[in-house]
Amino acid sequence: MPKPKVGFYWCASCGGCEEAIVDLAEDLLGVAEAVDIVFWPCAMDFKRAGVEALSDGDLLVTFLNGAIRSAEQEEMAHLLRRKSQLLVAYGACAQLGGIPGLANQFSRDTMMKFYFEDGPSTVNEARIHPRLECVDGGHTVTLPELRHVVRALDQVVPVDYYIPGCPPTPKVTKTAIGALLAGELPPKGTVLAPDTALCDQCPRKASKPTHVSFTAFRRPHLTSLDPELCFLAQGIVCMGPGTRAGCDAVCPDGNMPCSGCFGPTSRVRDQGAKMLSSLAANVDARTDQEIDRILDGLPDPVGTFYRYGLAKSLLRRRADLDLTSASIPGSAAAPPSAPADSPTR
Amino acid sequence: MTPEHWSPRIVAFFCNWCTYTAADLAGVSRMRYAPNVRVIRLMCSGRVDPQFVLDALARGADGVLIGGCHPGDCHYAEGNYKMLRRFQLLKRVLRGLGIEEQRVRLEWISAAEGEKVKAVINEMTEQIRVLGMLGMPRRFEEWDSEMHQLEGAVRQAESTLIPPLDDEEEPETLHA
Repeated sequence: MPKPKVGFYWCASCGGCEEAIVDLAEDLLGVAEAVDIVFWPCAMDFKRAGVEALSDGDLLVTFLNGAIRSAEQEEMAHLLRRKSQLLVAYGACAQLGGIPGLANQFSRDTMMKFYFEDGPSTVNEARIHPRLECVDGGHTVTLPELRHVVRALDQVVPVDYYIPGCPPTPKVTKTAIGALLAGELPPKGTVLAPDTALCDQCPRKASKPTHVSFTAFRRPHLTSLDPELCFLAQGIVCMGPGTRAGCDAVCPDGNMPCSGCFGPTSRVRDQGAKMLSSLAANVDARTDQEIDRILDGLPDPVGTFYRYGLAKSLLRRRADLDLTSASIPGSAAAPPSAPADSPTR
Repeated sequence: MTPEHWSPRIVAFFCNWCTYTAADLAGVSRMRYAPNVRVIRLMCSGRVDPQFVLDALARGADGVLIGGCHPGDCHYAEGNYKMLRRFQLLKRVLRGLGIEEQRVRLEWISAAEGEKVKAVINEMTEQIRVLGMLGMPRRFEEWDSEMHQLEGAVRQAESTLIPPLDDEEEPETLHA
């Protein structure tokens, strides 16, 4: 019997999820023995044409990591969806939008200008921006267009399963791959990790106070952290109560609070809202002024509570942004009604 | 609802013991106020999960009004304080997400204050009328319209490469 075909692909991601596959270490050999890896451009020399040549549904499963930000990523998501019986959103970006999803707080214009002109580490005196198309040595070369909105994978194509984490841990990955290859398939849409809050796995659980009470929020990089006491008892924002277990609390184990990368459990729709609800309710103050003073200790609430989940949150993106930022050179952001050949192109 | 026929839609979460009773009082007292509020009764303003507020906005509400007992009067002692703290933090998040401050409002209205129900609802309706439609469902649609470009581009590319097919036989090029 031929071995099942498997693909790995990356979109808007940092490469950490690819690293996580390699982190399977010798277990990767077992996987490689059980399956035919027919597409994994990060690790080996595979071409898109090879995927196009497959018949539809030829791949048993594709693990796709990264958010969907560019037209090319969108196209690859569609292509891999068509060629795969199962499409797995691998990692926080594919599942929830991840860190790239934080760009949904800004227009594409703002982001491009910051990145190519204003950023503190940017050196670009000529203010050169990438162009969608240019001619070089008689050849026309093109770049894929950036979309205005960062999306999780299931906001572009249907997704069968989710493997959470930034990145997913080897254990979660191994368990999930094992279950998929053995045909032990949970209902479609399942997140392949335990459905309890991280506190359940946290070695500091015993020190979590019955009544958490915040008189101030302290920031981890400005605080000498107790290596054993529950972070919430130390006035540190720990996303553990609002985050799915499965990572074996590697961050608290390394004396850093949970930042929420495994996303919410199945009972929560919007991780950020649920977590802010829990933390705020435990603020030890009763007047507007006093509450404000304590909340000032959270300088970036959106980035804190929606660090990985903004793209999949209930509001998805800053509400006052639209799709009209065609003024960046080369980014022909033509909405359907705009002239197809905009002067900036 | 099209923008031409738009009138503010406000979702209100009223606590059973104070604000909902006050709304009842406004009703039996035959007070007239703007018909733009859909009231949902909860046992306590402390039951208002910030997810409810975001969900209401995401599903097309133009504003959300939360009504609870005055500080110190909560039937469950602490619920309204919890709501106050959540509200303060939620406001900061909403500011970061570009939602105007006046769209989400918290008011303490006791069971005796039918008049205040009327005043708050009228005022909020007018404020939101000035702000205009929030229309998140329409925004989501508009945002996702950029994904239609790909479909068009793929069709165009295929039509130049392969002979046109009958509509029925057209291969599925994209998953919905």
